[in-house]
Order: sequence, then C-alpha cells, then structure tokens
Amino acid sequence: MARYELSDDSVVVVIGSGAGGGTLANELCQKGIKVILLEAGKRLSPEEFVNDEWAAFVQTAWLDKRTTSGSWRVARDFPNLPAWICKTVGGSTVHWAGASLRFQPHEFKTRTVYGEIPGATLLDWPIGYEDLEPYYDRAEKKMGVTRTNGIPGLPGNNNFRVMYTGAKRLGYKTVHTGRMAINSRARDGRSHCLQIGFCFQGCKSAAKWSTLYTEIPAAEATGKLDLRTECQALQIQHDAAGKITGVLYADKDGRQHLQKARIVCIACNSIESPRLLLNSASSKYPDGLANSSGQVGRNYMRHTTGSVYATFDRPVYMFRGTTMAGIIQDEAGHDPKRGFAGGYELETLSLGLPFLAAFLDPGAWGREFSRKLEGYAHMAGMWIVGEDMPQASNRVTLHPTEKDRFGLPIPNVHFDDHPNDIAMRAHAYRQGAAVYLAAGAREIYEVPPYPSTHNLGTNRMSARPQDGVCNAFGQTWDHKNLFISDGSQFTTGAAENPTLTIVALAIRQADYLADQMAKNAI
Amino acid sequence: MKKILDRRLFLRTTATAAATVAAAGGTTVIAASNGAWAMTLSSFDAATARVLLVMTRDLFPHDMLGDVYYAEVVESLDKKAEADPGLAKTIETGVAALDRATGVPWLQLSPGGRTEVLKSIEKTPFFQAVKGETVVGLYNNKLVWHHFGYQGSSAEFGGYLHRGFQDAGWTLEPDAEASPPPPA
Repeated sequence: MARYELSDDSVVVVIGSGAGGGTLANELCQKGIKVILLEAGKRLSPEEFVNDEWAAFVQTAWLDKRTTSGSWRVARDFPNLPAWICKTVGGSTVHWAGASLRFQPHEFKTRTVYGEIPGATLLDWPIGYEDLEPYYDRAEKKMGVTRTNGIPGLPGNNNFRVMYTGAKRLGYKTVHTGRMAINSRARDGRSHCLQIGFCFQGCKSAAKWSTLYTEIPAAEATGKLDLRTECQALQIQHDAAGKITGVLYADKDGRQHLQKARIVCIACNSIESPRLLLNSASSKYPDGLANSSGQVGRNYMRHTTGSVYATFDRPVYMFRGTTMAGIIQDEAGHDPKRGFAGGYELETLSLGLPFLAAFLDPGAWGREFSRKLEGYAHMAGMWIVGEDMPQASNRVTLHPTEKDRFGLPIPNVHFDDHPNDIAMRAHAYRQGAAVYLAAGAREIYEVPPYPSTHNLGTNRMSARPQDGVCNAFGQTWDHKNLFISDGSQFTTGAAENPTLTIVALAIRQADYLADQMAKNAI
Repeated sequence: MKKILDRRLFLRTTATAAATVAAAGGTTVIAASNGAWAMTLSSFDAATARVLLVMTRDLFPHDMLGDVYYAEVVESLDKKAEADPGLAKTIETGVAALDRATGVPWLQLSPGGRTEVLKSIEKTPFFQAVKGETVVGLYNNKLVWHHFGYQGSSAEFGGYLHRGFQDAGWTLEPDAEASPPPPA
C-alpha cells in the first residue's frame, strides 16, 4: 500500500469509501493517479460480520449523534437516528441490499416532464440518460448485476414467492427477482449467494458487491492507494484565491493532521457531505464551502418509502434468503392519472424478529402488538421505494449548540413529506396490500418509513451555478478542485435504489478527473 | 456478582411462579418458587424488581414465554441503573408513581387496570426507558426466537440455500424467467 506525505500536494484525497468514494478511488488508482482515501470507520472483513441485527448495527452503523426536525415520523420515533447508514470501510455498501436499477430516461428531466409542482424544487439533471448509459454498462459489469451481461437472476425465496403470487393474480407484468449486485453464480473471485439472509448486516459470503472487498483491494493492488481508516475529515481548507488546498482530519487517537491535496472529492453520504462543507466555513466563505448558491444541505431527499407486511395461513419464513428478493416494477413509471407525479418500485424486504419488533409500529406496545409479532413466521414483507419531491426546506443544517467530540456542530436533518409524497405512499400502501390480499393475506400491516437508507440531493448538480452545488461532473461551481462524489449530487431521486447510479457517476467522474488532470486544467 | 439463571431448568417448565426474595451482602436475588430462574440485582430493591417483572410482561405479553425472559430484561435494566444514577432515580420515581396513580398498589390492580395506568404514563421517561429496554432486550434474546419461528444466524449452516429458502409450496410456482433455478 502506498504512503503519501502530509505535505504531498499532488494527491487526490477522497473522503468516504462507500459506493461513490470507494469506486472513485479505485477508478483513479487504475489510471495511475495517487489517491488518499480517508474513512472514518474501521476496516472489517466478511468473517467479522455477524448474523445478528443489533450487534451488526452497533458494529457498522454511523452512530454519532444527529438530531431531527420536521413532521416525518422518524423525528418522533428515532429522533437521533435520521438515517441507517454505515461508518466502516465500504461505507453503506456493507449494509445495502444489492438492488441495482438504472434510472428511467424521463427521471433525468423531471421538471420538464412533471411540470411545475408547488412546493417542489424540481430541476432537470444537467445530464441525460444517454450521458450515463455507457457508465451504467460499466457499473453493471463491475458489480456483476444479475439480468445484465448474461448473468442469471437469483433464485426467489419464500418472501418473493408470496409477492409473485399476489402480483400475478393482480395482473402485474414485471415481477422477478430483480437486478441485484449479488452473485447468482461465482464471479470475480467471490462466491455465489448462499441465501444467508442478513444482507443488511454485511454479507459473510461476499456474494454481494461491496467496495470493501472489490474496489478497495483492487485499488490497493495498483500500489497507488493510501487508505487511512478511522480518520474522520473535519474541515476542507482553501487558499486566498478559493482553491482547495487540503483536508484537516482526526485519526483514531483524535490527533489532527492536515493533508495537502491537488483535488478533494467528498463522498460521505448526504448528511455528512453537506455537513463537512458547512463546517468548513471560513472568513472568505462564511456560509461554508461550495455554497455561493445557498444550496448546500438543501433538497434533502430520502425516497418515499414505507413497508407493507402481511400474515398468511401458511408459513413464509421471510428471513430465509436475500433481504431484497424480488421486485414489482409496474408502478415505476410516471402516470399522473394515479394522482401523483413520478413512480415507485415495490421490493421484498424482510427483517429479523429483533428489528421487526423495533420497526413494525415504533412506539407500540401491549397485547395487540405482541399478537402481531407472534405471526412472525407467517409474515411476508415488501418495501416501497418511490421518487420524493425535492424541497428547499428539507435540509441538513448545523446544530446551533450541540457539538461532536471534535468540537464541531452536529448535523440536524429536517424533513416534511410533500403532498405528492403522501399521495404516492397512500397509493403504494393500497397496491402492496392488494398484492398480499390476492396471495391470501389474513392481516395487512402498513409500516411507516424506517430511518433513511437512501439519503440524496443535499449537494445537487445543476446546469446553472445558482441552482445547485456542482456541475454535471460533480465539480463544485465555486472550487474547481473540489468534487461531490456521492448521492448528494443527485438533482432528483428517481424511483430506483441509488447505488448503481452513484457508482456510474463515480466512474464517469474518474474519467473526467483524469482528463482534466492530464490537461492541467485542475 | 454471580448470575443465577438456569436455562436448562427453565426449558422443562413454563410456569409463572411467585417470586421469593433473598438478600445477601447488598445484592438482591429474586427466584421463582419452582427454582426455574432467578435474577440477581445490584441497583433495584425486590419490590421494584417485582413491579418491573410484571410491567415488562404487560408491555409485550406473550403467554408462551416464561418469566425468565422478562427477568433477563429487568436484570439488564438493573445493570444499567447501577452504572447510571440518573436512570436509577427515573426507575425509582416511576415505580412509585405507578402505585400512586390509582391509590391502589399497581401490582394489586387487575391486568386491565394495570394497562390503564401504563397508558396514562406513556410519555414519561420511566415508561420510555422500560419499554425501550424491553422491546430491544426481549426480542433480541436468542432463546425466545424459536417461539416465534425465527431461526437467527444462518451463515454457520451454509445459509438457507439448501435449507428451505423456497419451500413455501402453497404459493404459485414462479416461472424460470422470474425466478431462475439456484446454482447446481
């Protein structure tokens, strides 16, 4: 592994090792570029992962205190846990379920297609599907996505079989075991899926793609990567001209270091990325870096989610096998006749008993709630993933008084549903229930959104500097050597799980960076 | 501190038995009268522990589960209270408030009466602390899982690939396009 000097100002510093940062770091290293990858968490191996929901949560989740506000129920039930994302090498690719769907072409131009929606800050992406298509190809190949590149789909588990039964009886057409970055056959030196379950807890067989055991070791093999674990970025620094000069970070012992850099790329997920920019405020940039538009932290999106669980006469054992085992795509399109803009996917999801108790109806107790849990073995579950409306007031801000252990303000996450989100969720609950009733459900449970796993949009890309934080390559408008490399650059959220698009954007950004560096443009 | 809890014995009985109390050197021990389980406490006194034993069951009642599992939650709460004087105080005042709620000691109320009192204090830190501990501790106890049909960790058994992950024969049989066969 490479070791670069703190004073080496020829390096690219990537902050965060998840889908965006881990991929970007590897792509740059493959091109011979020197990369320092800062990761706040520890490096675990698949052997260290545990098939135990609470233990794995403590092992991998980002548990630093955050606060919440707004009318979303998460603020009431989980006031200090707005998001369920990871602090570990590999970031949230350790925790993700593997669903790898391309955006639909119209989802890159929602302002044009949906029109003006009051209260929403819809904006067309500065890129179209055709710009990203070749990078989707490369991302799918890299990640080994099923149903692409001749890779067969995964076998459906019981939870999928129940969904399939109801969906077919209801007349839904596009129902299958999904496009998943989980090996259905051994590939890329990794096992085929053993249907362990516990996809959210870290895949012990490494059948599920994670930067932890794909991108990062590949980058290390080039001799170009300097991975610094348990190193948390505190502040990005700049010179008098506004050029970024380096990153101040704290190591595992709390000692602070200043790493010089030619280019800095931020990929800390959509809460920490804007927080880092805001915490980097200086006398020259009192509102934070890259924030001349005032857009840093705004337009926070989390997908319109919710779950439908149902109990049946016969056992299901939904926990056996992959967590996201199948999908219904018939509702994913834009069909305003349904009473809302945008669409949603229905994907199976299962929780173990410990997490179902925490999430089925947060706050509930008593005989009736206990009775529901006693139906656990006969329960099937699905998750709604729909496009939510960006809103300027849905926002990550710095807490006015509370500080972290480094003395920096902690983030607050404010979220209110848009009426479009509420209408979509109601429709999805209805359709999800209809699927399960068609499969013979005895009882249906509409479950409120969990803490966010898809955090998007807080440093969005835009065609014009005044509308967003970065351009079509994730390059910030205000600092040409500062890049946004995670889901926070999403202009809008689309109906699809975001990871494949984050990876495609990272590959594209690496090409751009290498080109600009070669031309000495940065 | 020695934890006295004989799970093997418990597996032979599901009796919910009246607890008896012994105190030894600052430690409180509550044991089921049939010897199926016992809890060892450092922070709570016996009366508090007995209230919490009933309260944890009232919060998440499962007739199929013996008291031992609720006792483990109380023990865990006791351990936290020992380390956190603020929590110990919250529990102490909360238990006292339960008895004050109707003027009749809370444990002497009918099950419905106890639930009514619990509903009336739902917002209090005491209720939230006990409920939070129970919803996590009770359902995270691996010994209760088989009662619910949850099988827990599977990696050590090679996952479910050959252990029934698609055995719900009562459903429609998906076509091979929707659900391709597993690897040979």
